[in-house]
Amino acid sequence: MDRAKIKRELENLAAESLPAEPPQEEAPVEVQAEAEGEDKAKAKAKKEDDAPRKNGLIETEYAKRGTHLDVQINPDQVVKAAEILDGEGMTLEMVTGVDWLKEGQLEVIYDYSYPGGQLFRVVVRARVDRNNPDIPTVCHLYGGANWHERETWEMLGINFVGHPQLEHFLLPEDADFYPLRKDFKS
Amino acid sequence: MSSLAQSHLRETFELNIGPQHPATHGVLRIKVVMDGEYIDRAEPILGYIHRMHEKMGENRTWNQFWPNMGRLDYLSAMAYNHCYAGLMERAAGIEVPERAEYIRVITAELNRIQSHLLGFGAYIMDLGGFTPLMYAMDEREQILDLLESVTGSRLTYCYFRFGGVYNDIDDDFITGTRAFLKRFRPQIPMYHKLVTGNAILMDRLIGVGPVSAEMCRKYGATGPVLRGSGVNYDIRRNEPYSVYPELDFDIPVYKECDSMARYMVRMDEMVQSCRIIENALNKLPEGPVMAEKVPKALKPPNGDYHYAVEAARGTFSMRTVSDGTNTSYRMRLRSPTYSNVSLFEEASRGMLLSDALAFLGSLDPVIPEMDR
Repeated sequence: MDRAKIKRELENLAAESLPAEPPQEEAPVEVQAEAEGEDKAKAKAKKEDDAPRKNGLIETEYAKRGTHLDVQINPDQVVKAAEILDGEGMTLEMVTGVDWLKEGQLEVIYDYSYPGGQLFRVVVRARVDRNNPDIPTVCHLYGGANWHERETWEMLGINFVGHPQLEHFLLPEDADFYPLRKDFKS
Repeated sequence: MSSLAQSHLRETFELNIGPQHPATHGVLRIKVVMDGEYIDRAEPILGYIHRMHEKMGENRTWNQFWPNMGRLDYLSAMAYNHCYAGLMERAAGIEVPERAEYIRVITAELNRIQSHLLGFGAYIMDLGGFTPLMYAMDEREQILDLLESVTGSRLTYCYFRFGGVYNDIDDDFITGTRAFLKRFRPQIPMYHKLVTGNAILMDRLIGVGPVSAEMCRKYGATGPVLRGSGVNYDIRRNEPYSVYPELDFDIPVYKECDSMARYMVRMDEMVQSCRIIENALNKLPEGPVMAEKVPKALKPPNGDYHYAVEAARGTFSMRTVSDGTNTSYRMRLRSPTYSNVSLFEEASRGMLLSDALAFLGSLDPVIPEMDR
């Protein structure tokens, strides 16, 4: 496992995912750690908090967040990201989703960790449109993704394209609702 | 291994294991396609006691979510308490007094021994030996009595709080724990004499259910399953939390990759847990057990938080998304046996049915925690 290589490749991936208009001004790397102290930086960070996050790689502070790298990419790039991390011997710990109702988006989160000794946690996230929530599956790379994706599908309605068995798992077979969506009323 | 190649007719039939087979200690169902005595495909079917803990996390305040943590893995609930406490302390930036951390470790390790003891007894019972369960239950009740005296509950603990623990331990607990350790230590060699060396057990476990390290990685399997495959990975060492870095203990690792290796990891972990508890009791500092000034209504800053602990069955981790209010926006619980059992389908292909049950037992599934 090569931390620098993972970081570099994910950074490139995130850079590819940005819209093509401002290639120079929008640096994909934002270091959150030293944002404290100055009011300006704080105000700017707060403003960014309210808006939906842009694609890109953030080095998060482990003590505060529990992760080291946090990268947001386009949905069609998650397989590429999984290939990079798989090649470096990382394991996929969980797949989960978040419903961002206000923004009309669903977010898929992949948690990777390294079982070889060194502590390294990577989060890969991608946002899909709420009305068309398609994202490719990573089942063929990580067998463990099968159950996690299946659960995410039935809880949030995220369609994992290419998944071998998108059937009900934890919920009853006739469930026609997505309980973890924010507009779900029991 | 498989008879699939030999049978030219290839007639298969479906067999349902469960939902209430005693070997599964809960209500797991496995739909098996059998080719004679051999398994063609075994598909675990979950959800019989699904309670939607993740949604509960979204519609109650941070504090109100505490009781849920005792009801996921009812056998090692203390580790789950630990994860939630750690997660929210990380999110809200709460400092925990040292004494509280030591108490957390002591109770969590007692809980781990208790969990492995039941796992040991029930596993041997699955394989047809009844007596070891009685021995294990005897020891286990002593731990449960100790833990009940400080937490107030027998299994579904809700003992930790943000910033500490709810109740300080007293001298009775400390002397009781020391007495238990003294009594329990010689028991483990006796178990090995009584059970591990038994020829029938060895025949049923050695070489059964091979799970390679690579397969563990692909499926995200952790805990004794991973350590039984020769990978030295334990969150207590690799991602140190609480006061574990200050305590002496070893991580038992076995390279055999079979059911026996996983069984041995659990047995050795009990010895190591005894070491941790004794060490922690010797180092137990004086002082408060709750942090001062912990707000009643916690409002962690916006963002994602992640925390992982080593539960008795592997890595339990939580990911929460906070939107700055007193409830969670999204609460994700990653339970270890969910990932561990997901490799059953691939690993059990071509296995004898009786071997598959021995293999499933060695994964030590706890159903409420898989279903959540």
